[in-house]
Amino acid sequence: MTVWIKPGLGRLRQAWALFRQWSGDDAYERYLAHHRAAHPDQAPLSRRAFIRRHHHERFSSGVNRCC
Amino acid sequence: MPMSLRLSSLIWVAVAGLGAFTLGGVALHRGESIDALWLIVAAVCVYALAYRFYAAWIAARVLVLDADRATPAVRLANGRDFVPTHRWVVFGHHFAAIAGPGPLVGPTLAAQFGYLPGTLWILIGAVLGGCVQDMVVLFCSLRRDGRSLGQMARDELGPIAGSAALIGTFMILIVLISALGLTVVNAMKHSPWATATVAATIPIAMLIGLYMHQLRPGRVLEGSLIGLALLLLATVGGGWIDTLPGVRTWFDWDGASLAWMIMAYGFAAAILPVWLLLAPRDYLSTFLKLGTVFLLAIALVVLNPPLKMPAVTPFIDGSGPIFAGPVFPFVFITIACGAVSGFHALVASGTTPKLLDSEAPVPLVGYGSMILESFVAIMALVAATMLDPGVYFAINSPAGLIGTDPVQAAATITGWGYPVSAAQMAELAREMGETSLFSRTGGAPSLAVGMASIFSSAFGERLLAVWYHFAIMFEAVFILTTLDAGTRVGRFLLQDLLGTLWAPLGRTSWTPSVLFSSALVVAAWGYFLRMGVLDPNGGVNILWPLFGISNQMLAAIALSVATGILAKSGRLRYVWVTGLPLVWLIIVTTTAACYKVLSADPRIGFFAGARDLAERLASGTLPPEKAAVAPQLIFNLHIDGWLTVFFAALLWIIVLDMAYTVWRVATGRPVLPLRESAAVPALDLAQGERA
Repeated sequence: MTVWIKPGLGRLRQAWALFRQWSGDDAYERYLAHHRAAHPDQAPLSRRAFIRRHHHERFSSGVNRCC
Repeated sequence: MPMSLRLSSLIWVAVAGLGAFTLGGVALHRGESIDALWLIVAAVCVYALAYRFYAAWIAARVLVLDADRATPAVRLANGRDFVPTHRWVVFGHHFAAIAGPGPLVGPTLAAQFGYLPGTLWILIGAVLGGCVQDMVVLFCSLRRDGRSLGQMARDELGPIAGSAALIGTFMILIVLISALGLTVVNAMKHSPWATATVAATIPIAMLIGLYMHQLRPGRVLEGSLIGLALLLLATVGGGWIDTLPGVRTWFDWDGASLAWMIMAYGFAAAILPVWLLLAPRDYLSTFLKLGTVFLLAIALVVLNPPLKMPAVTPFIDGSGPIFAGPVFPFVFITIACGAVSGFHALVASGTTPKLLDSEAPVPLVGYGSMILESFVAIMALVAATMLDPGVYFAINSPAGLIGTDPVQAAATITGWGYPVSAAQMAELAREMGETSLFSRTGGAPSLAVGMASIFSSAFGERLLAVWYHFAIMFEAVFILTTLDAGTRVGRFLLQDLLGTLWAPLGRTSWTPSVLFSSALVVAAWGYFLRMGVLDPNGGVNILWPLFGISNQMLAAIALSVATGILAKSGRLRYVWVTGLPLVWLIIVTTTAACYKVLSADPRIGFFAGARDLAERLASGTLPPEKAAVAPQLIFNLHIDGWLTVFFAALLWIIVLDMAYTVWRVATGRPVLPLRESAAVPALDLAQGERA
């Protein structure tokens, strides 16, 4: 029984992680991870400052909504 | 043959058999009504076969995808726009970006020809045209650091094609926004419930914007959940407002006033900070859109409603009340986005190629997303054709054609062979919580009536009026999202263009330039929107064919770029993959343009319409209120005619430019160098990072 439930839960957790990534809910966490890896010497943006920049960029670069 | 291979062959033969059987049933069925499941099963089989075999073949033989080649997201990763992302997340982003109101409205309007012409084109057009276009353009951009369609046209075909693509993109934006704006205006016209609900979505979006940026920064799911709850509350609340005699008049407006309000909203949305209105509205509309489409699919399968519209109606001869013009070429122009959409090429050469972490998911993201979009179009067609044809025509026929007296209008439609009575329409309007449903053109109201009947039958008989206004709110929310996003993109394109005339105008953050260019873009689509609202034939007859022609023209431009690139990269023998749909689109778009320019029928030809109106004005046969606006209408019709000529010219310029390039390749003459970025094996890159 547990053999079946365990991979099932893992799958669910993975699907939830993908859903959060798709919706942009984890954008700041992913930014922090990228920032730590790429620019370890600089302080990262605050949550609020990052989100504002993130949304500004998302809607200032080309077509992302359609007919 | 190994066991598993034999099993999979058997399964695919069964899918092919089922597909052929159901599609044959749909095509040959006459007489008694046919159930929606026939259409749905046929569609799913066609999609499955096309994806498994055609998309896979294109990926392996034509594009020769290389899963080991590093994508731009991997090579140029910067944590901002170039971000390697899981394939299903990219699929979700891409589908959410391409799925707009087009595949809902287009098939609804095209249902005037019956269910068969629309169904066939949605299926064939998608698997051989639209999906191929999206996938090949995505691939081309992926191999060019995520360059846009306009840049690829300039790099690979030359400056003429490049400018034509840019101008075409801007023009289609303007026409698209006005056609969609008209749909919202007609849904809100003299409907306090719908207007109050749609108006409430604006402060709700702003509230969620504040929540997601001030109160709980970045908590997108939390914010969206609260927003969705508020939207549902606004849907019910609109019904309450409708019962308050004093308050309901605040939300009772005619089309012309609503058009001005939409323009004011569009301008405000273009200049307000993105986080306050645009971003939260986009989140809400995406969740609402995907949720409702999913719900609709389940409800349709559970309910399996019979299609009451005949397979083919007499209106294929061009006399249709919703829009004039024969089934060829107008069914193709009208369906537009549900089968082939040039607009998708802009998304496929925009954000999506900057996210893919490998070339392997190109068929899934490019071809697969378009399959899903096409399926949405099939569902919209079912929702339109399951209505009583009499009711469908009563909602969608303009007052200019059937008059404003319910008894007279019902008699006219019954005379066409689709029985409907004034009492039946009054009862339907009462059930849906509206005062009248006659001549609510634009497609949104009839789709909402269809969706409300489906939802209420599948999930409980009551609440018809709430479901109706939920459907109106759902359509309005994402039409307005397309409207603000489109206005913003139009502003950037215009600033880019104006920047070449005077450099400061090109600075995207300089306030005078922002105000000036936003006002210009809003004025441009606002002009066409007002034109549609003023038109006694409901506006759809003018704006939707213009939109369809411009959208298919953009698709032809995208396929031209793709065909040119295939020829230049040594795949000359496979150019038919994009070349055949391109030839078809050229034929369709050019024929439609000829009809709209040259036809002597005043309902089809723009210039004939202008002449007819001028003659009636001169002879004094027009009633005074129509005579007052006639000079304006005549002028507008001339503009529409010249715009159509311009679209056709743009199309032929780019097609000839591409044909010249292909001819030079075929005869061994030199052409512009292929601008594909150098191949870097993904493995090397990973090792380099580790070292």
